[in-house]
Amino acid sequence: MLNNKIVHRKKILVSFLLCTGMFVFLFGRLVYLCVWQAEHYASQATDLHERERSIKAARGRILDCNGKVLADNKTVCTVSVIYNQIEDPEEVIAVLCRELELTEDYVRKRVEKYSSMERIKSNVEKTIGDRIREYDLAGVKVDEDYKRYYPYHDLASKVLGFTGGDNQGIIGLEVAYDKYLEGEPGKILTVTDAKGIEVESAGERRIEPVSGLDLCISMDMNIQSYATQLANQALATKEADSVSILVMNPVSGEILAMVNAPEFDLNDPFKLPEGTQENITAEEKQNILNGIWRNGCINDTYEPGSTFKVITAAAGLSEGVVTPESSFSCPGFIIVDDRKIRCHKVSGHGSQDFTHTMMNSCNPALITVGLRLGLDSYYSYFESFGLKKKTGIDLPGEAGTIMHKKENMGNVELATVAFGQSFQITPIQLLTTVSSIINGGNRITPHFGVKTLDSEGNVVEVFEYPVTEGIVSEETSATMREILEKVVAEGSGKNGKVEGFQVGGKTATSQTLPRGSGRYIASFIGFAPADDPQVIALAIVNNPQGVYYGGQVAAPIIRQLYENILPYLGIAEYHE
Amino acid sequence: MAVPRKGKQRKKEQSEYFFDYSLLFIVLFLLGFGLVMIYSASSYNAFEEFEDTAYYLKKQLVAVIVGLVAMIVAANFDYRRLAYLATLGYVGSALLIPAVLSPLGVESHGAKRWIRIPGIGFNLQPAEVAKVGMILFLAVLVCKMGKGIRTFKGFCVMVAFPLPIAAEIYLITQNMSSAIIILGISVLMVFVASPDYKKFVIMGLLVVAVAAVVIYLVVSGSDFLAFRGNRIRSWLDPESDPTDTGFQTLQGLYAIGSGGIWGKGLGQSMQKLSFLPESQNDMIFSIICEELGLFGAVAVILMFIMLLWRMMVIANNAPDLFGAMLVVGVMGHIAIQAILNIAVVTATIPNTGISLPFISYGGSSVLFLLIEIGIVLSVAKRIQLKEL
Repeated sequence: MLNNKIVHRKKILVSFLLCTGMFVFLFGRLVYLCVWQAEHYASQATDLHERERSIKAARGRILDCNGKVLADNKTVCTVSVIYNQIEDPEEVIAVLCRELELTEDYVRKRVEKYSSMERIKSNVEKTIGDRIREYDLAGVKVDEDYKRYYPYHDLASKVLGFTGGDNQGIIGLEVAYDKYLEGEPGKILTVTDAKGIEVESAGERRIEPVSGLDLCISMDMNIQSYATQLANQALATKEADSVSILVMNPVSGEILAMVNAPEFDLNDPFKLPEGTQENITAEEKQNILNGIWRNGCINDTYEPGSTFKVITAAAGLSEGVVTPESSFSCPGFIIVDDRKIRCHKVSGHGSQDFTHTMMNSCNPALITVGLRLGLDSYYSYFESFGLKKKTGIDLPGEAGTIMHKKENMGNVELATVAFGQSFQITPIQLLTTVSSIINGGNRITPHFGVKTLDSEGNVVEVFEYPVTEGIVSEETSATMREILEKVVAEGSGKNGKVEGFQVGGKTATSQTLPRGSGRYIASFIGFAPADDPQVIALAIVNNPQGVYYGGQVAAPIIRQLYENILPYLGIAEYHE
Repeated sequence: MAVPRKGKQRKKEQSEYFFDYSLLFIVLFLLGFGLVMIYSASSYNAFEEFEDTAYYLKKQLVAVIVGLVAMIVAANFDYRRLAYLATLGYVGSALLIPAVLSPLGVESHGAKRWIRIPGIGFNLQPAEVAKVGMILFLAVLVCKMGKGIRTFKGFCVMVAFPLPIAAEIYLITQNMSSAIIILGISVLMVFVASPDYKKFVIMGLLVVAVAAVVIYLVVSGSDFLAFRGNRIRSWLDPESDPTDTGFQTLQGLYAIGSGGIWGKGLGQSMQKLSFLPESQNDMIFSIICEELGLFGAVAVILMFIMLLWRMMVIANNAPDLFGAMLVVGVMGHIAIQAILNIAVVTATIPNTGISLPFISYGGSSVLFLLIEIGIVLSVAKRIQLKEL
């Protein structure tokens, strides 16, 4: 037996050591879980235990070039319910229906929905939120946050844009600069058990929101207001469909004003125009709203008409196919291939030099310049001036140029393009291209955004925009300024003349498609001072009633604008 | 160690014998610790379900007290006389297990594993009876066979007896873990009794090989082993399916991981707030890890190692082979159950329901474990100190 006993003892020891070995292995496994994997599992467990409510970040403000606040925030409340904490659902439904003016069905559906947190209504006035809080209902949460507020209501509505319920930009600069303005939302984290009931002892954890950055834009509120006034006036007196006014610094590309009358109230952007039928579908409603929100200066294209002769002239002068002294003869029409294209003056302008053809806005003369350049050359100028590309303005939804394909163009198409017909560009494209021709030949990028500021007013980022230099020579640019100054001083643009200032410009009267509908677009583009342009403006009156010539309808708008803003901008009066 | 010094002057026979206080204190410590942890792990759910935070604690406390009384009785009972009960234990458990299918059977968690004892409101788990019965039966069998155990035939006989009981438990009560434990206890007892190593090494390798093949089959995507297959898949990657089969495993890992080295502090577990199913029962070790950290877990493991060490000392010094084999059986039972439980909780092996001895909530389990400890103490009492 002794022998056996030794065997048993040895085996018992082996068994014990085997078990101990397994325990040691499990110990190793625990060390791996508790030390190496601890962070991984602990963070997942925390996610599991915490329910979060987000705190909206204060959205950055939008400031004009003088620091006036164009878009601001005001405190509002978001009302939500937590299913598991509601003690008296009927009272909750009754109170919320009454205070928030919602239908019972709507509230009941949300109160009775089994979810960790259900939002009933956001953007509730602070006074109403405070009142709901005073009921002290279990399971009802009133969180304060911010709502966008626009102190000037409809001023530059289509430029600034507005925000939606989640504080996100919907149109305009609010979209374009959303990532700067939005900030980072914060969180309130509450610890709950598996059924979603808050664990009182664990308390709350807050992650503070980070406010968005303020955006400084180049718009001048005073100029914008005055331009809006002029646009509304023209809209009323000319019974036009719409009136757009653009004011820009032609050297830097900073836009001082962009008006698209009629504007809409940014504080109530979803309001439908009076007289809209009530039983329309959501889609129809959205279409109407999209029409109201549309920024004609950048979202729509039009045939520029005679203002485009500036581009043809600049191309002709650059290429040397014409000089200001070149002489032209206008019999009132010109025959291109088999087509007879008329001048607007049926009797013809007779014999004239190139400067006078521009002053008279003579179609045959400019067609001749186009034909002298030839298709290849003209098309390459069209492209090198940047007309086929978008301007790159910092607003969403810029429309592209609608232009013939080169291979589809013959002399007739070339002739019509030369005086601004049969293709379409946006108003901002015209303004930018003309600016580039008269500013010494630098193609600038039109823009609003200048810089962003943090909440203490420190500059965070200054925006820079691309400039393409030398699209025309300095000489050509100077020649063009002289010609365009004469157009205003003595030619078709004389209604744009401003006492005491030298203004250069060009008028246009374009018939809209289909031809013969009697619908016209009257426009005028003008810059000052003519020898050293510091401001350029474009007025477009869409479908004016009665007199529809650009020289009579649009030029006076720019004249009135300049009479006020040139002294305001500190541009010195011209003395001969 | 509280081994009483041999009194040279004392002549009384009583003092020549040994009482293992160390073992007793380790067991008492584990029981006390278990009650604290059961209260911590279950109070939240107990209040939710029964409006009484101490509901589970009270029930467990009753079981522990009854168990301690049973232990004292067993410790003072001459274990040698237990040999007469061996056949009764074996046949008794074989008959008791099918009784769960009778009207007395109690269903819980979708499986019938309990028998209601009429009158005292106590549910008995026949598998626990079978474990004690098997230890007793095999210990007697080893003594009876003597040198016969060295033959291949003897080995086969030893292995053949536990199989029907294990099969019964697995097939009738759907309790694979108890079946594994019974087989494990048997193999360990045969291992100790037989002088051979080769057979056991081959057996071990076979088990590993079968496990590898099963895992391979499950991973390669066959429908082999429908529901157990899912358990294996969720074990290999608990995060892939945190809503279904991997849920308990993953929740346990969250608890262990969020405890870290020092734990969140007693009572501070988050996972016990209804996140972790069976938190006072099979998964109590993960709550220990969450509240007391790696530190607390290591302390528990050390207590178990000390417990096994004490039983090894007793088995090695037992006055006869029968006593030694009884202690080896109990030692195997506790060791296998503790190791498997911790392995399941740490997702080292696929999830299967095994409770942690002395700590997990469960009346039958703690009652029979204490009876087994009583038997071990009874064996220890017969050790003559002269032999030490």
